[in-house]
Amino acid sequence: MRNLAAHGLMAEFASAADLVAAAREVREAGYRHFDAYTPFPIEELDEAMGLHHTRLPFLVLIGGILGGLGGFALQYWTSVVNYPINVGGRPLFSWPAFIPVTFECTILAAGLTAVLGMLALNGLPQPYHPVFNISRFALASRDRFFLCVEARDPRYDPVETRHFLEGLDARRVSDVES
Amino acid sequence: MVFPTKGRRETVSSHLPPLVEPGHTFGSVTDKISSAVTERGTPRGWIVGFAFSFLLLMVLLVSVTYLLVYGVGVWGINIPVAWAFAIINFVWWIGIGHAGTLISAILLLLRQEWRTSINRFAEAMTLFAVACAGLYPLLHMGRPWLAYWLFPYPNTMGMWPQFRSPLVWDVFAVSTYLLISLMFWYIGLIPDLATLRDRSESRVGKTIYGLLAMGWRGSARHWHRYETAYLLLAGLSTPLVVSVHTIVSFDFAVAQVPGWHATVFPPYFVAGAVYAGFAMVILLAIPLRRFYGLQDFVTLRHLDHMARVMLATGLFVAYGYMMETFTAWYSASTFETYMIENRFFGPYSPYYWALIFCNVVVPQFLWFSRIRMNTTALFLIALVVSVGMWLERFIIVVVSLHRDFLPSSWDMYSPTIWDWGMYIGSIGLFLSLLFLFVRFLPMISIFEMRTLLPGAEVKEDEA
Repeated sequence: MRNLAAHGLMAEFASAADLVAAAREVREAGYRHFDAYTPFPIEELDEAMGLHHTRLPFLVLIGGILGGLGGFALQYWTSVVNYPINVGGRPLFSWPAFIPVTFECTILAAGLTAVLGMLALNGLPQPYHPVFNISRFALASRDRFFLCVEARDPRYDPVETRHFLEGLDARRVSDVES
Repeated sequence: MVFPTKGRRETVSSHLPPLVEPGHTFGSVTDKISSAVTERGTPRGWIVGFAFSFLLLMVLLVSVTYLLVYGVGVWGINIPVAWAFAIINFVWWIGIGHAGTLISAILLLLRQEWRTSINRFAEAMTLFAVACAGLYPLLHMGRPWLAYWLFPYPNTMGMWPQFRSPLVWDVFAVSTYLLISLMFWYIGLIPDLATLRDRSESRVGKTIYGLLAMGWRGSARHWHRYETAYLLLAGLSTPLVVSVHTIVSFDFAVAQVPGWHATVFPPYFVAGAVYAGFAMVILLAIPLRRFYGLQDFVTLRHLDHMARVMLATGLFVAYGYMMETFTAWYSASTFETYMIENRFFGPYSPYYWALIFCNVVVPQFLWFSRIRMNTTALFLIALVVSVGMWLERFIIVVVSLHRDFLPSSWDMYSPTIWDWGMYIGSIGLFLSLLFLFVRFLPMISIFEMRTLLPGAEVKEDEA
């Protein structure tokens, strides 16, 4: 049975250059809810689709700062406040000796933020996504390039959009069921 | 159809062999690399190799069991040489790991595109080497089941780790290194796991690779964040890898023992780590490219570049040996000068001269491009360097400890069969993990290889 609530229309392209050109046209035509699917990252595509900002570097910075402060605070509190040991009269707050662990905590927290943040912002892991309903989509992880205009876009029209995509050198255009 | 041989963003260098042999397409690269994983039958060579590695792994199992039952007395360690094989092997393994991070992170930041076909298995090598390294300090503790005492957690004893000790720094450095390397490797694998999910014909394969790929669909919005995260991780790994071996060197340099207490240790250890690591990458790359027919992707140019890095870091290490000797003489300290005299002419002197031969003399052959391009010669040199780097740690650990300040405390050290069992067994663990890796995961990054092909280039005027 056909699902009436379609996810959108999927156009298939044979080359990266065709896809980038098509993505630019789709964006210029006023579509905003669309996505491209490629077997490898394409720098030019980010620009064509208008992808400029990601919050990730900022999050990683915050993660790193918190990790560093947390690591240093842990060492300060344990060595000076909670469990002070007098070793030959040396100062309890021997901060230079705390730097290596502070550094490692900074890197660990920043690295964890980078990985988990990337996955979270990308919405992964995601067990189901409508694009996988198209059998040829398996080629998106091999050598084909796809562009999907989503039905939630206000400019989306099942007939008009299909015509538009077919005019963009697409090898084929198919409906994506949700 | 003949494609231009230069890679993307690569300046033309006509005298060097190409990074990817001409004639490859996105599809052919994908098929070639993933076939080692998706093919139905397991090659006989793999079975024989894995069986051999698994046998060595069993040697490890027996050695560890015996150690746990009878305690560290089964090893040759005693006072004054309380650190011996366990620490030598720890430093040796963790050093080997460093090349993987160097290739995946530092060379990425420097836009060295030749790293692309070797970074995946070099990262795997890092991970497995760090796993082998981690075993030793744990088992050397005597009561490994209390290893969690090393971590700061609120406990009923009311105690905390001593954060002024380099040994605690080591715990943080090595566990951070292991976690970051694991995440870096896994993140790099996700798009390739999606490829395997889509190409796998068996239900089991589809399910397992599907779960591991986490629903990756190659969305441009995802790639955008993915590349940012990957670059950030590379930027974080770069100082991390330098810090790890620096901290390992602090285990020695912070102590007063002659032969350990030297300011040259951190850079000298880091250079030695990269040196040993590249030797191991070469040792793995040469047989892998031959058995899996990957000469198109891991070309002579890659081997040439790795040999050059090995030569350069070998010279750093040689400088380290010179500075150790010079500092000992210049210090005019009886104990420091005796330490060098004991290395040169003492009871362990043959090991010292073997070290100089392996690490300083033999690598000089790498000045000749004909030797760098000859896989047999390169393999043998890398093997000699690996042995040399093991001897270096033997000299630092054992020869420094066995004769310290008081002649009344001097003693000789010799390893027992259980020391050797642990060492050979850890090689078995490393090789077993490596064999499983090449069978079940793509040993070359498929999606990154695609970006090197001419078809990946999008010219602005076309778009």
